[in-house]
Amino acid sequence: MYEQMVTARHYEERLVDEYLVGKQPAFDISAGPIPGELHLAAGHEASGAGVCMHLRDDDTVTAPHRPHHIAIAKGVDLKRMTAEIFGRKTGLCRGKGGHMHLFDPDVNFACSGIIAQGCPPAVGAAMAAKKRNTDSVAVAFLGEGAIDQGGFLESLNLAAVHDLPVVFVVEDNDWAISMPKDRVTDVQNGAQRAAGFDLPGVRIDSDDATAVYEAAGEAVMRARDGNGPTLIEVQVHRRMGHFMGDAEAYRPEADIDRAKERDSIERLAEDLRSHGVTDDELDEIRERAHERVEEAISWAKEQPEPGPEEAYENVFTNPPAQAATDGGSAADASGDADEMGGDN
Amino acid sequence: MATESRDYTEATETDRELTMSRAMVEAIAWEMRENEEVFYMGEDVADYGGIFSSTTGLLDEFGRDRVMDVPISETAYLGAAVGAAQAGMRPIAELMFVDFFGVAMDQIYNNMAKNTYMSGGSFSVPMVLTTAVGGTYNDAGQHSQTLYGTFAHLPGMKVVVPSTAYDAKGLMHSAIRDDDPVVYMFHKRLMGLGWMPSPSGPKTGVPKEDYTIPFGKADVKRPGDDVTVVTLGLHVHRAMEAAEQLDDDGIDAEVIDLRTLVPLDTETVLDSVRKTGKLLVVDEDYQSFGVTGEIIARAAEGALDDLSAVKRLAIPDVPIPYARSLEDEVNPGTDDIAAAVRELHE
Ligand SMILES: Cc1ncc(C[n+]2csc(CCOP(=O)(O)OP(=O)(O)O)c2C)c(N)n1
Repeated sequence: MYEQMVTARHYEERLVDEYLVGKQPAFDISAGPIPGELHLAAGHEASGAGVCMHLRDDDTVTAPHRPHHIAIAKGVDLKRMTAEIFGRKTGLCRGKGGHMHLFDPDVNFACSGIIAQGCPPAVGAAMAAKKRNTDSVAVAFLGEGAIDQGGFLESLNLAAVHDLPVVFVVEDNDWAISMPKDRVTDVQNGAQRAAGFDLPGVRIDSDDATAVYEAAGEAVMRARDGNGPTLIEVQVHRRMGHFMGDAEAYRPEADIDRAKERDSIERLAEDLRSHGVTDDELDEIRERAHERVEEAISWAKEQPEPGPEEAYENVFTNPPAQAATDGGSAADASGDADEMGGDN
Repeated sequence: MATESRDYTEATETDRELTMSRAMVEAIAWEMRENEEVFYMGEDVADYGGIFSSTTGLLDEFGRDRVMDVPISETAYLGAAVGAAQAGMRPIAELMFVDFFGVAMDQIYNNMAKNTYMSGGSFSVPMVLTTAVGGTYNDAGQHSQTLYGTFAHLPGMKVVVPSTAYDAKGLMHSAIRDDDPVVYMFHKRLMGLGWMPSPSGPKTGVPKEDYTIPFGKADVKRPGDDVTVVTLGLHVHRAMEAAEQLDDDGIDAEVIDLRTLVPLDTETVLDSVRKTGKLLVVDEDYQSFGVTGEIIARAAEGALDDLSAVKRLAIPDVPIPYARSLEDEVNPGTDDIAAAVRELHE
């Protein structure tokens, strides 16, 4: 768990460096090797790691717009994920998805950048598991800003009424871009949403990875055993702006400082030390994590960009015969389904 | 409501240049001062001032009652705007990216757009739905669409797409004063944001006083005799650049900025194709079943005998890809426009 968290943190730190390349001196979002929005999850690591430790490859995870720590904990291929963020041909999604839309079928991981819209597909994965009589589960992650969305509330209800093996994990970082939590909901404990649907709701008031691990263990077991959904809300922290380039003018300094002080990684390290893990052992884990991150980043940067003709591929799995002329493109729509050896 | 209503179809003289976002905000502030019933709601519109600076400074002047941050619940607040409008207020509700329309489309197309008609005209819905559109900065499939066609396709909403600061202000005044629902689609790349540089075109002179630009009046941005280029939004500026290039080769392109899709100024398009005989339509929306097809259909209906060649450039029916090489491929650029005009001119 510690290793996943350290990997995620270092990964984000390195993405910051890479993201800023080409965007200096004046920040231009479309410049540099990683253009577009970038939402970093530093301060969220406890929830991703604490929950995903209980999951197998055949369990499904859907992540929101801030997905890296969850993807790493779920075992998404780090190199190909990085290549995707750099918009490369060998990226997880062949350069079509980018950082908010990471898909890895090998570990059943998917994303949506639209708020709360990962919830219904997680319910669907759980439905499939139940129909097929397997014991796999689905976990949908979302932010506390998303708990007012219909897609989330309707999913809670559907999962509850069909007793589906889903766990909903709300990451409460107090902010939805510039909106502090108290301005968007009167309910300070998002887990209370569960009561309205007659399912268990658990709130973890600190970003204590061990506490998350324990609560998630129960919820995942409950789901695997056929006893239906659980809602877990975890207090995490947003150590940076909402996205890269967000100056956070709306956010009190004290809040930023507090977020930085309450570091779930330090907290877990303390815990581990008190259980006899030595500093050397922790350093070793950290080094291993850093190496893995560096390797992924340098590999990704060496990867080729997709050729323009690839823009027309993958619109369909089974492209209609006349698609090429309809789309006004010269490219052959029958495409290259196997060019990468991937099977989608 | 306005003390004296000025109708400026054409840009008037002024020394003061504004970015498109400043011009838009100026019109909103003016209308809010003038009319207590006007208010603005959306995500991150108060303290943040709008992610794309669509509301910068409004909170300071008008306070939280009239510049409202709302929960991330588009169905609720866009539907609430419909309700408030039906109650006679004049809400402006912002959908942060047009791509998010899906979570609230029912309120938009079953209530906002249809209630006037279904009520036999007994209700009107005087609201403005503002929303950011457009790609060009690699934000991928859920944050880069324009969707002009989706909104213009559904009857009951007026659809406005400014391409300059001058138009942004005048069209906003018109939108807020209109008794019907208006969808006001602003292109991120034209707003004049520090972090997303605009081309030079959208920053224009903007009169200090209030003025309206009537809906349904396209703007002939550049007169020309050889080929008609009809476009809107960001691609007005790409078409203008292409026209400059073509001028060097002795091809005289006429560039028409539609400015509003509903109502659509068919006459200006027809007048132009009757003169040039050749039509190129350029759009950042998906190609099929969209603006390009609509304009060409109207040209064919109204001036078939005058047309000798037509062509369209749009996103070729693929979701907007993330990687730069892929997005550049599908989003029509200046060179693509110039090449298409050359082909038509041959
Ligand atoms: C339906 C929808 N509305 C608005 C947005 C824009 N948006 C992206 S992230 C965000 C804030 C999300 O806050 P929260 O769920 O708390 O997650 P956090 O970013 O804090 O991790 C908003 C409003 C969106 N992506 N989808």
